[in-house]
Formats: sequence, structure tokens, C-alpha cells
Amino acid sequence: MDVQNRVSVNADDLCAWSRAKAEPQWLLEQRLQALKQVEDLELPEVEKIKLERWDIHEHGDYKAEKLWPGLQEAHEAVHSLVNFPVEGGLIVQHNSDVVYTELSADLAAQGVILTDLHTAAKEHGELVQRYLGQAVKPEEHRLSAVHSAVWSGGVFLYIPDGVEVDVPLQAIFYSSMSGARFAPHILIVAGNNSKISYVDNCISGREDIKVLHNGVLEVFAGAGSKVQVASVHQLAAATTDFTQRRAVVLADGAVEWIIGEMNNGYTATDTKTLLQGNGSNSDAKVIAVGSGCQKLSYTTQVQHFGRSSVSQMITRAVMREEATAIINGITKIEKGATNCDGQQTERILMLSPKARGDANPILLIDEDDVTAGHAASVGQVNAEQIYYLMSRGISRNEAEYLVIFGFLAPVISEIPLEGVRSRLQDLVERKLGRSQEFKS
Amino acid sequence: MTTLKIKDLRSRIEGKEILKGLSLEIHGGEIHAIMGPNGTGKSTLASALMGHPKYEVTDGRVTLDDEDLLEMEVDERARAGLFLAMQYPSEIAGVTNSDFLRSAVNARRGEGNEVSLIRFIRQMESKMKGLEMNPEFSHRYLNEGFSGGEKKRNEILQMMLLEPKFVILDEVDSGLDIDALRIVANGVNELRSPDRGFLIITHYQRLLNYITPDFVHVMMQGRIVKSGGPELAHRLEAEGYDWVKEELGITDETAGQDA
Repeated sequence: MDVQNRVSVNADDLCAWSRAKAEPQWLLEQRLQALKQVEDLELPEVEKIKLERWDIHEHGDYKAEKLWPGLQEAHEAVHSLVNFPVEGGLIVQHNSDVVYTELSADLAAQGVILTDLHTAAKEHGELVQRYLGQAVKPEEHRLSAVHSAVWSGGVFLYIPDGVEVDVPLQAIFYSSMSGARFAPHILIVAGNNSKISYVDNCISGREDIKVLHNGVLEVFAGAGSKVQVASVHQLAAATTDFTQRRAVVLADGAVEWIIGEMNNGYTATDTKTLLQGNGSNSDAKVIAVGSGCQKLSYTTQVQHFGRSSVSQMITRAVMREEATAIINGITKIEKGATNCDGQQTERILMLSPKARGDANPILLIDEDDVTAGHAASVGQVNAEQIYYLMSRGISRNEAEYLVIFGFLAPVISEIPLEGVRSRLQDLVERKLGRSQEFKS
Repeated sequence: MTTLKIKDLRSRIEGKEILKGLSLEIHGGEIHAIMGPNGTGKSTLASALMGHPKYEVTDGRVTLDDEDLLEMEVDERARAGLFLAMQYPSEIAGVTNSDFLRSAVNARRGEGNEVSLIRFIRQMESKMKGLEMNPEFSHRYLNEGFSGGEKKRNEILQMMLLEPKFVILDEVDSGLDIDALRIVANGVNELRSPDRGFLIITHYQRLLNYITPDFVHVMMQGRIVKSGGPELAHRLEAEGYDWVKEELGITDETAGQDA
């Protein structure tokens, strides 16, 4: 298989496209450099997953979209996700392009930047160049290199030092055309002592939309900053999702991940925090529901470099029908990162005999003066619990639902953003086949 | 009038027969107590009547007001009016006590007849007060981290809110101190009515000091071997079970043995 087949773009096309987008030279060079590496790099190794058999070879063609003059143009699927009136900011990507951007005058006046990444590279070149591709590097593996070469649309969110944003800023990534490139890159740079909450949804127009989502989300959390990232993916059964999320946290900074993995198709995601600074903090909460014949791999990772850094990772996944999930948690504590604490839990509840789950907690510790712990479980719905609930007149269906929700509740109820929490709850219900409209 | 009729009931668990042809008839307004040493099949009777999946009924008939109980799923039995206060209630994380109770009350009332939230909360709070339960228990996850006594009170709370036609109390007195015992007994007495039947399964006479039964039965080897009035319970308390065994020529009273 040659490069063209994998990337469906060659260097000449890439140059022409980048120029048409009026991208700065350094960005074009970065893209070309990444493209050159594609051929020499292997696919990422994903524990117990044969990624080469997935639909991850075709990245689709760039599909230009017209800007939306307003949200009344928005498709229903997008419209329903927006909290009206938009208080802080909203950015919408449709297939390959960002089509709508809105940021409150108040935030803009404070120096907050919310724009698509092409525009950011033009208007805030120095800032973008300093961070783009520094957390998730192009040379890590083939999919990372392809992403770096061909990403389009995307988000640049910048919060200056000391600015605290109290309303969540929202992004929506909407895929509605099979074969259209869908590779957004999200870059969040939070200045020292800043505070920001970013919420995104990744959605498909229909269940038969066949694309590869090769997405990267990079967070740079400055010293003393507080960054909250909530991301809910609900992509189509025919769509393959490969997503890398990574945060670099400086001293006394904190990153909180709230991840809802609600896709209907094959999915491999990796959410990682690098705790660089002393006293830095990472908290990851992942809720996942698998159904149909989905193959799923969810990895959460933390790497401790800073002293007295603290991490917590929790994944709770429900697998129904013939879904298979491999759930990895990796806590790595580097030599010198004294007085750290790293805790992780992965739990999988299986609802059918054909569902499969595998939880792999891994602690890699090169420093003595630390505390770390892990817990993992894979199990089925407890028959005694169902009997108990039914003995009070609750139907089997309802009883199972209560137990499943009870399983997810300790994580869902901890989600600090009310909107994300209730939407995730609705999505879980749909994925569990509890809503008529989604029973197809 | 409510009637529970058990006829020649046989049941086994993991292939081992525990109930060996048990018959009993209980009418509304009556309280029956089943006593007996450990391992004689008392709790199996409760579980088999409720429909626990591990207990296989191999023979016999059970009707509640002429409805065939054994043909029903567990939830249908409950909605038909049967209630079992369990010896070891399950703990269910993530489901709050009050959400669970409301689901149960609404399931019993049926679709279109659901209780309003305000009314439900008022009822729940008043019953909890009567049972001297801390109001915070309604927000806690169902039975999770409850002490033995708290779990039993929670069982009685469910009984009071569901207002069943027929109540089985399976060793509800075990693990209760004397104050909790009195509170639980008050709850039961409050629900006593001419159209509600009770079957109380217990090791000890002490619960029967607070709830006076109309009939007392002794269970051995998976059936009822002796019946009488409240005075039978007093004699068992004073003299133990040996005299019953002697009278009936039983050497091993457990259900694993044949007479």
C-alpha cells in the first residue's frame, strides 16, 4: 500500500490546498514534513486491537463548506446541542470546515481567542506555532503523522494569564457526508492562573455516514490554571473514531477530563495527561456504552513528572449485545516525582453473554516516595439485585435499567457541568435502547 | 377476603430438595408465625413464595386470592400484592432509596395511577419518622452501607409504602436491638388489618412478644410438623425444640434429612 492510498493526498495537492487556505509557510512545512513521515511510521499499537483491520486507512477528501450566516442554518442535529442563547462562545465544524464561530464581546475584550485553527495560524501565528503538535507529536505513529499533514477546521482556544471564564465554551463537530475528511485539531492554551471550561460534541448526520474521524485535542494548562474539558462523541455506526487527547499541565495547574464515549462504531481513544509541574493535578472521568458489534478501546493515561502531583482516573463502561471493550489505565510515575498520588479504577458491566470486556490497570512507578492504587472489575448484572428490585414490583427491564444507571451514576453524578450531565444521561438511555426514536 | 393457599409445596435449591410437601392456608386478618431451628426450610419457603430464581418449585400449588402465584414472574407476584421483607436485602449502588421506593410504589399502583412526587415524599417522610429513620436515608444509595438494623427498617418502610395484601417477614428480627425490634413491630402492627395476611418467619419468640400471632407453626424437615396458638411459641421459648422432636420421633430436624 503506498502513501497516496493511505492519505489520499500528495505533497502537491497539500501545497495547493494549504495556499488556498492562505496558511503561513511554517504550517505548510509542518504539514509536508508530517506527510513525509507517514510512509516510515507504523500504525499505533493499541492493546489487544488489530487496528490494521479497521477502516483507518482512508482519510477522505477535503470537503469545502460555506460559512453559516447564523444558527438558523444549522441542521437539527447541531441545533439541538446548542444552549441558547449562546453565552460564552460556540464554534461549529461541518465535515472538513469550520462554518460558524461566535465569541462574546466580553470575552474577546479580555483577550480570549476562539477561532478555527487555520485562522489562528494566520492571525496568531507565533502562539499557535509554539504549541501545535507539541503534546501529540506527528512522529508518534502513522495516524498521528497523517493527522498532522491533513487536519482541517479545528479549534484554537486561548485564555490569557489570569482570565477566568465562568461559562463553558462549546464546540460541535458535525459529520454529514461519507468520504469527507473529518480530522479536526483542537488546541487549547490556558495561561497562568486562568480558568476555562471547554465542552464539545462530535456527531454524525446519519448512522450510515462512513468516515474516519482522526482527531487530536491538545491542552496546555499554565501554572495555577484550571482547565475542564468535556467531550462527548456520538458518531455513526459506519464511522471509525480514532481520537487522541492530551494535556500538559504546569505547576499547580489542574486538568479535568469528562469523556462520554457514545459512538456506535469502532472506536479507539487515548486520553492522557502529562503532569509536568509540581503540585499539578489531573482528574479523568470516562463513561462508555458499547452496543451492536462495536470494537472499542479506551485508554486513559497519566504521566507524573512534577513532585506532589495528583491524578485520578475512573472509567465505567457498559457493554451490551456483542460489543467488545478493551479498557486500559496507565499511571506512570517518573523518578524524582516524589510525594505523588496516582489512583485509577476501571469497571465494565456486561449486559449480554456475547459482550466482552477487558480491563487492564497498569502502574509503572520509578519513584519510591509515592502512593498509587488501582482497581478493576469486569462483571455481569447481579441476579440477586434484579430479584430484589423485582420483588418490589419493578419489571425486569426497569430493574436492569436501575442497576445499570446505578453503575454509571457515581461518575455521571460527579460531572460538574449540568448541561453535559443531563445530555450524557439521555445519550446513555438511547445507547441502552431505552428510547423509541433510536430503536432502529 | 385475602387468602394465601399453599398446597403440598416442594422446592429445591441446586438439586437438593428443601421443602417437602408444605401446606398452609392464611386468611386476611391473620398472623401466622413459622418457627423452627436452623436449616429446616423456613427461609426457603419465603424465597420460593417470592420466586427467587435459585429456588426451583418442583411440585405443589400456591394461590393468592385464587390467582396462581407460581405461574407469575417475581414482579408480577409483587404487583399481585405479595411482599417479602428479606433477611439479606441487596445493596444497590447508584440508586437512591427514594428513587427506588417511588419506582416500586408506582409499579404497584400501575400505569396512569402514579403517585405525585409531593404526595410520595410526604408519605415517605411520615413513615420514616414513625420508624425513627434519619431523613438522610432517603437520599442514600439503596441499602448501601446501611447497618443490619437500618436495612431491616428500610424493609419495613417499603412494606408500609407498598401496602401489600400479604406480607412475609423473613427473620426480620435478626440483628435488631430491643429498640429497633419494638419500632419494627410497631410498623407491622400499624399495618395489621382484616384484609391483610402475615407470615412471620423467626427463630425466636421475642418478636412475638410485640406482634401477637394467631397461629404458630413449627417447621422441621421441610414441612410443618406442629401447629398451635401463641402458647406454642411460649413453650418453644421456654423448653426449646427437643420435646417436639421427641414427640414426633425426629432425630435430625434439618431439611436435608427424610423423616
